[in-house]
Amino acid sequence: MGAAISVRNVSKSYSLNQGGRFVALGNVSFEVRPGEFLVLVGPSGCGKTTLLDLIDGLSLADGGSILIDCVPVKGPGLDRGIVFQQYALFPWKTAKGNIEFGLEARGVPKAERAARAAHFLDLVDLADFGDRYPHQLSGGMKQRIAIARALSYDPEVLLMDEPFAALDAQTRERLQDETLRIWRQTGKTIVFITHSIDEAVYLGQRVLVMAAGPGRIVADIAIDIDRGADDLRATPEFVALRHRIWQLFHPEATAAARVVRDGVRQSTASEESRAS
Amino acid sequence: MSTSVDRLVEASGSSGPGHFARRAARLLRGTVAIFAFLAAWEILPRLGLVDTTFLPPFSTALSAFVEMARSGELVEHLAASAGRAFSGLILAVAVGVPLGLVIGWYRSVAEILNPLLELFRNTAPLALLPVFVLMLGMGEVSKVAMVFYACLWPILLNTVSGAREVDPLLIRSARSMALSQTRLFTRVVVPASLPSIFTGIRIAGAYSILVLIAAEMVGAKAGLGYLVNYAQFTFEIPKMYAGIVTLSLLGLVLNEVLVLAERRLTAWKGDA
Repeated sequence: MGAAISVRNVSKSYSLNQGGRFVALGNVSFEVRPGEFLVLVGPSGCGKTTLLDLIDGLSLADGGSILIDCVPVKGPGLDRGIVFQQYALFPWKTAKGNIEFGLEARGVPKAERAARAAHFLDLVDLADFGDRYPHQLSGGMKQRIAIARALSYDPEVLLMDEPFAALDAQTRERLQDETLRIWRQTGKTIVFITHSIDEAVYLGQRVLVMAAGPGRIVADIAIDIDRGADDLRATPEFVALRHRIWQLFHPEATAAARVVRDGVRQSTASEESRAS
Repeated sequence: MSTSVDRLVEASGSSGPGHFARRAARLLRGTVAIFAFLAAWEILPRLGLVDTTFLPPFSTALSAFVEMARSGELVEHLAASAGRAFSGLILAVAVGVPLGLVIGWYRSVAEILNPLLELFRNTAPLALLPVFVLMLGMGEVSKVAMVFYACLWPILLNTVSGAREVDPLLIRSARSMALSQTRLFTRVVVPASLPSIFTGIRIAGAYSILVLIAAEMVGAKAGLGYLVNYAQFTFEIPKMYAGIVTLSLLGLVLNEVLVLAERRLTAWKGDA
């Protein structure tokens, strides 16, 4: 089962080469429920990746705190797995070797490593490709191996940093469905970053919309749609949600956005009281 | 090295009827220039276009080669040279690779050592030959040391740049798996640097023979450099050419061995 994530008043800035500081994140707070599929969507430069790095512990916040199941994040740990846009597979290791890499770090014995690698290769539908090197795999296959690798050491949280942005449209849709399937199968808490509104609505149970300068969250939208629908993306509910987020993306729609945001806050609040 | 087109031809031809003909054509393409060169070497002296005293026909050099091979003289010189070149190269790998990895990975070490490395790198090894002879004498030690010194720089510098230019994303990925610094170094930085390390070793392989021959010409009692120089001195010209040909063959074999080792150890790169 996944862990709860708590992001409280987190800020992060970088010093610029030409002097001065760039505020990547200014006072960001949100909660992720155990086993929730949360999507962070926003234009480039809004601090999405910075935020994910902080949750993973690859860098540390200037202020505020991040808690995984009430334990503060002090650095990377195997309770969190991350999937990068550019796959980040080790080219000198086979698909199987890549999956076993994290298990080795965790001190899992060799026989069990092989068994687990086989299990996760199967989970991402690449059982026959364990002996291939990354250069022998397509982009979509590489990303599936990267997902298998992140899942192999059984983290409670899976962080995904625009994992499908470099893939062609068909492969992307297929991997989106596989991600949903894996999420349902494993019950992990997933924090997924994207700049695609369509992808956010399609995948998320909840979507946080971010804006830049400084990076912040401008809306918290519950995605309450019937996922059993045929061609989900064409349903009126999907289109309406997509449009709502689109308005938040565009400065000229700011006034309209404010109205939407207030409406959304109310709806999320009522939903949260329902959940608890 | 064969190009991808060659491989494609080979792959598609392996079952077709033109398979044999295509292979023969490929073999011909690969050797025609060599044969032309040897033919010119044979014919030009025979026609009197060059002085046979200074350039005897290839067949004369070849029979000198065979004669020396039979008497064991060639083996003696070849073994002396190959032994020195190999020892120096191995030593350079043993020192250059670990040192280069540390310098490349630990920024502070690099900052301190870089100016010194730049200075040494730009000092031609042959300029130091007299120094080596002065300090280490005329024996084996000075020759192996010479080869070691010449080989160290390409290996060291390529290893440093390999370790420094490890894809930051791979480092991030490994760090996210909570790898310790030591493990990060041995499991990610070292393998990621391998292709670049091998580039250095191959360059060093060529250097090793180059520098060794010069050292053997200056002062030695055995070795191919000594043989070539001595044969010229005593006017045994066919012997001199036989020595030169042996040298080329030694260089070729060494390079082939290094290329094969590289291909085995970095097979994961694929033939990009």
